[in-house]
Amino acid sequence: MRAWGWILYGVLAAIGLAGFFLRFATGHQLAGYGSYVPWGLWVAAYIYFIGLSAGAFLLSALVYVFGVRRLEPIAPLALVVALASLLMALITIWFDLGHLERFYYVYLRPNFRSMMAWMVWLYTAYGLLLLSELYFALRRHLPRYADRRGVTGLLARLLTGGRKTPFTQEEIHRDEGILRVLGTIGVPLAIAFHGGVGALFGTVVAQDLWHSPIYPILFLTGALLSGGALMTAVYVFFWPRKDGQWKELSLLLGRVVLGLILFDLLLEWAEYSIPMWYGVGSEFKALWNTLFGPFWYVYWVFHILLGVVVPVLLLLWGVRGRLGAIGLASFLVAVTFLAIRLNLVIPSLVHPKLEGLVHAYHDHRLTFVYFPTWFEWSVVVFSVVLGFTVTYVLVRILPVIEGRLLKEVA
Amino acid sequence: MSEMESRRAFLEKVASTVFAGMVLGGQPVKAGAEPVKVELPPRPPDGPILPELEYEDVLVRMQRDLERALKKGTTPKWVMVIDTRKCVGCHACTVSCAVENKLPPGVVYRSVIEEQIGKYPEVSWRFLPRPCMQCDNPPCVPVCPVGATWKRADGIVEIDYDACIGCRYCLVSCPYQARTFDFGESWTQDTPGQGQMPYEELPTFEWGEVHVRKEGVVPSSPVGNARKCSFCLHRLEHGLLPQCVTTCIGRATFFGDASDPESLVFQLIHQPNAMRLKEELGTEPRVYYLV
Repeated sequence: MRAWGWILYGVLAAIGLAGFFLRFATGHQLAGYGSYVPWGLWVAAYIYFIGLSAGAFLLSALVYVFGVRRLEPIAPLALVVALASLLMALITIWFDLGHLERFYYVYLRPNFRSMMAWMVWLYTAYGLLLLSELYFALRRHLPRYADRRGVTGLLARLLTGGRKTPFTQEEIHRDEGILRVLGTIGVPLAIAFHGGVGALFGTVVAQDLWHSPIYPILFLTGALLSGGALMTAVYVFFWPRKDGQWKELSLLLGRVVLGLILFDLLLEWAEYSIPMWYGVGSEFKALWNTLFGPFWYVYWVFHILLGVVVPVLLLLWGVRGRLGAIGLASFLVAVTFLAIRLNLVIPSLVHPKLEGLVHAYHDHRLTFVYFPTWFEWSVVVFSVVLGFTVTYVLVRILPVIEGRLLKEVA
Repeated sequence: MSEMESRRAFLEKVASTVFAGMVLGGQPVKAGAEPVKVELPPRPPDGPILPELEYEDVLVRMQRDLERALKKGTTPKWVMVIDTRKCVGCHACTVSCAVENKLPPGVVYRSVIEEQIGKYPEVSWRFLPRPCMQCDNPPCVPVCPVGATWKRADGIVEIDYDACIGCRYCLVSCPYQARTFDFGESWTQDTPGQGQMPYEELPTFEWGEVHVRKEGVVPSSPVGNARKCSFCLHRLEHGLLPQCVTTCIGRATFFGDASDPESLVFQLIHQPNAMRLKEELGTEPRVYYLV
């Protein structure tokens, strides 16, 4: 099983690296989007990853800010996952830029009327906050590793100034106070940046389907659901010690995921039913095309069947004590959430803004048909492999799980 | 091989002819000349009373308007007027614009939308050229995260190709889909031959700057940028009308300073049949259509 896992990792890493090199060697030429559908899989993947990050972070905030002690064991891991997902999101959207080398212009010459400029600045603040939270959550365990050789020892010495005496209760108490303050800043920050991503789409008047006040709310609920589901799947399947506490917490997380699926579905009902009810208008046409157009299966198979129906059934079964079912359901929700993100980004774009424009000038970049190319998928695979690697390495070299290294707990 | 070479030589000749055409096409029309009086045939004493006819090409009138606008000392208010009744759908404006700005495949500033009305044999066509609307309330400007696009005092929405990061947020924000992204493709790409043709290596003078496109790990702007119609700002600065105006065979496109009541465009946009696209959005386009 373990060997298969590494083989899969190797294959994905090879695909990802191929995508990475192609992106630099060929720019945007192998991508399937064009000028009428200017954003594609990468933008969808980016909001998917950033949602995972915000969701995982808000889960950790339940512990550090709201004092939900039952979730305490997974809080540092949630911070690591949030950091890795943030990295995945940023690298994906960085590849999407026409001029990669100019990304820092957003810092040098920002236009704060642009939601995109806000987003970048908020991410930066959020990334720094994640790093400092992780530092204050973990440093109490570090003196134990100060004598070690290798990266762990080096990091332990660097981060605590060579300290070898254990942290006193008083010091730990003080660190928890700092964590509470950081988390308290982090909650509105996470809401602002992810709601802001929703607003980045929602504020665009030209795109009928995006231009809706529900978008920021939809993005936040989606973040909680996808990030929460990802953390649940990771916890159920990969937590090194499967004891009574693990069982109890898995059941709790399963119930949370179930509740969030249903709440997200309620918002989605509003998103689809309001513009579609009377069967007229351009939004109706575009949404009808999402549900019953050529890519109907993205909605019905990947989202509704594999992301809602199957997980809900599994969870109803799982909360009676079948933890494997909870893990599988959460995994399905976390993975198929990309389908929801694709259905947020693409349908509005493939809907022409001026009828007949597509026949005015013929070019493969000037069509309203979009399907992600293998190249685009390979770049997303690169981001996923990178996120996994960062998470794995951090869990190995830092005492993320119960204040210890992965191999010590296992 | 020799066949390939002769093909290349032939294309080179064509390219240099096109280039020469562009240079010659840039000669300003001599303005200031008085309207030509049309010679009328002698009127028979008992015939119908004919008015004294005068004829002047609108291009000459617009050239005179342009020179006045550039000399008057205050900022002009550039507008474009397109008479849909005169447009025959020849696409000369689309092509001449591509030549003027050396546009690569996939980048187009002024496409002409064709719409078929009715079914054969009761059928007709109508045409709608769509340049950048140079909106007074442009949705593409506030979205730019780095402020690489802005509204000029004369009304033109400008892009700084050296600042644009290529995020394409402005493309999704334009209700007229008037912006296109330069993917770095070239006309000779994937064709048999020996690389780029000379015409593909010519610089573009858009926005009054000199840019030579080049694809690469770090692409040379405007590759990797959002691009759009500039009302031929670089030509205006040299006293020339936009290329699409001068090449319109039906004289269906008009250009000028709307702050000058004497100008042709001023008179046209105040007609009751002047319309703008998507008025309901409040973008206040600077392109008017006569219908």
